[in-house]
Amino acid sequence: MTREVRGVAAAPGIAVGPVKWLAPAPVTSRDDAPGSDVDAEIARAEAAFETVAARYSAQALEAKGPAADILFMTSALAADPALLDQVRGEIRGGTPTAHAVTEAVAHFGAQLAALGGMMAERASDLKDVGQRVVAELLGVDPPGIPDSATPFVLAAQDLAPADTATLDPATVLGLLTVAGGPTSHTAILAKALGIPAVVAAPEAVSLAEDTEVVLDGTAGVVELEPSAARREEVLAQRARQADAPTGPGRTADGHAVPLLANVGSAADAALAVELGAEGVGLFRTEFLFLDRKSAPTVAEQTDQYAEIFRILGDRPVTVRTLDAGSDKPLPFLNLPAEENPALGVRGLRLSSVDEGALLDQLSAIAAAATRTGTPVKVMAPMVATAEEAGYFAAKAGAAGLQSRGVMIEIPAAALRSEQLGARVDFFSIGTNDLSQYLFGADRMSSALAALHNPWQPALAATIAMAVSGAGRHGVKVGVCGESASHPEFACVLVGLGVETLSMAPRSLAGVRAQLAEVTLEQCKAAAAAVLSAATADDALRAARSALGRDK
Amino acid sequence: MITRTAVVASKTGLHARPAALFAKAAGESGVPVRISVEGKDPIAANSLLQVMTLGAKQGDTVTLHAEDGAEAALDKLVAMLETDLDA
Repeated sequence: MTREVRGVAAAPGIAVGPVKWLAPAPVTSRDDAPGSDVDAEIARAEAAFETVAARYSAQALEAKGPAADILFMTSALAADPALLDQVRGEIRGGTPTAHAVTEAVAHFGAQLAALGGMMAERASDLKDVGQRVVAELLGVDPPGIPDSATPFVLAAQDLAPADTATLDPATVLGLLTVAGGPTSHTAILAKALGIPAVVAAPEAVSLAEDTEVVLDGTAGVVELEPSAARREEVLAQRARQADAPTGPGRTADGHAVPLLANVGSAADAALAVELGAEGVGLFRTEFLFLDRKSAPTVAEQTDQYAEIFRILGDRPVTVRTLDAGSDKPLPFLNLPAEENPALGVRGLRLSSVDEGALLDQLSAIAAAATRTGTPVKVMAPMVATAEEAGYFAAKAGAAGLQSRGVMIEIPAAALRSEQLGARVDFFSIGTNDLSQYLFGADRMSSALAALHNPWQPALAATIAMAVSGAGRHGVKVGVCGESASHPEFACVLVGLGVETLSMAPRSLAGVRAQLAEVTLEQCKAAAAAVLSAATADDALRAARSALGRDK
Repeated sequence: MITRTAVVASKTGLHARPAALFAKAAGESGVPVRISVEGKDPIAANSLLQVMTLGAKQGDTVTLHAEDGAEAALDKLVAMLETDLDA
């Protein structure tokens, strides 16, 4: 029997190839052999800092926009006189040279971290500087993605979003991380890039470099040293996925399930159209604001929304108003830091602090819709009560937007969906945050990843409740969370009465292909099986059986 | 010894880009300049790291310190602090 490593499914798809580990950060110790000549050691450290600072500067000159600013600042950190003084002091005090760098970085990193917020984020930039200087001193490769001519499965303790963003799907076949969670930003980026990913797999630490594996990002399983026959099978499956059916989403018996895309930029929108999305179920507007130092004007927002609406043409677009807050800070909002940002002033709640930002955004969305003629719907994130739903519907209506909805991502909203449904036209269920609040489990915590498994029966039960309340008012329900991109769970959602599914564009083909193989009756049976299951494992097994996918 | 006070104008405070530009200018001013916020000891203004660890936010008052004769250099740095370097 093939050995395997289990983790959590984070981005769908299957890959086969050798494992390559992300070059680890070099480790230093107080017990390393110290240099014999203090002055020579100080000169060596100074030279290493200079080399690293010069590399950042060179990168900054080639980069554009926010990346250039960050690299410029990082090069200044690598040339910082106080940091170098600290290193010199450590070396004079007898600390081995490379370890002196680690210690000096930890000293200032702790000070930055203590300040919290954005200053604390700079601590990770400083840590990167330190690791690169240490690598230079030890003459080893700096931490980062391995340089390999042949494609591979990238394994890492965890990946920074910056690492994931630079991945090339042509060389990185799959992602395997020891830590991380299924709704972390790394998982979302992996999905956007179409790279299958398995996260939170603690046993993966024992995998040797170049071990051949089959990585199944849909099931969350990594098979070690597959047979030649299994390799052939996987390669054939990858080829089939590449030419999956196109056209509108429907079940084998013709029940239409519009397949929509989650987008955050013009590039995403173009990809969504290319991959056959029937519209956009979630347009994340905050991505247009993230690198802004001041609030964009109504005119600027109108231009940016219109650019994306134009790409979609006459396909419907659901725009989500700004989902920022202290967990996703925007510099110009000047929000105070909160103890529990996920439970704080975010999403629609921001309008209690700065209603103008919401009203400006609604005006811009309405103006862009008029300009392009695109059918536009608008919805608010982080809605908990019927009053909030009514408030948003009134403000959106006043701006001239006719189709108004709310996200269902707080359990209170699902419990009271009938009362919320009386005030809006549609619901969109955000399963990532809904799981986080339903299970009281931080979506970024890898230790709690099992609670974010979409097969947890409580999630389906909550969705069923929201659908039932919505039905009393003819309110349409869609799902725009990560769970919609899981082909088999998508069938369960359809069986629960969800009418549209919205996902990363690269996930559309897999869901479309799976839906085409099952009937609406099978979807309903799978949904019933999940609702009556006691555990997530039971739910998955029972749903697979109802869908005719027993192994 | 001379001092000058300035109110930080940058939206993100003396963080990232504004702090880096300020520390660079302080280093290039040719005179040793120190900077402090109320309740904390002055630190070297040419160190980006130390400037960031002041934690000065938009609207906070900071004090610059230098030897006599560095008036012009301090005035330039005050003007810089009172400009929104994030814009």
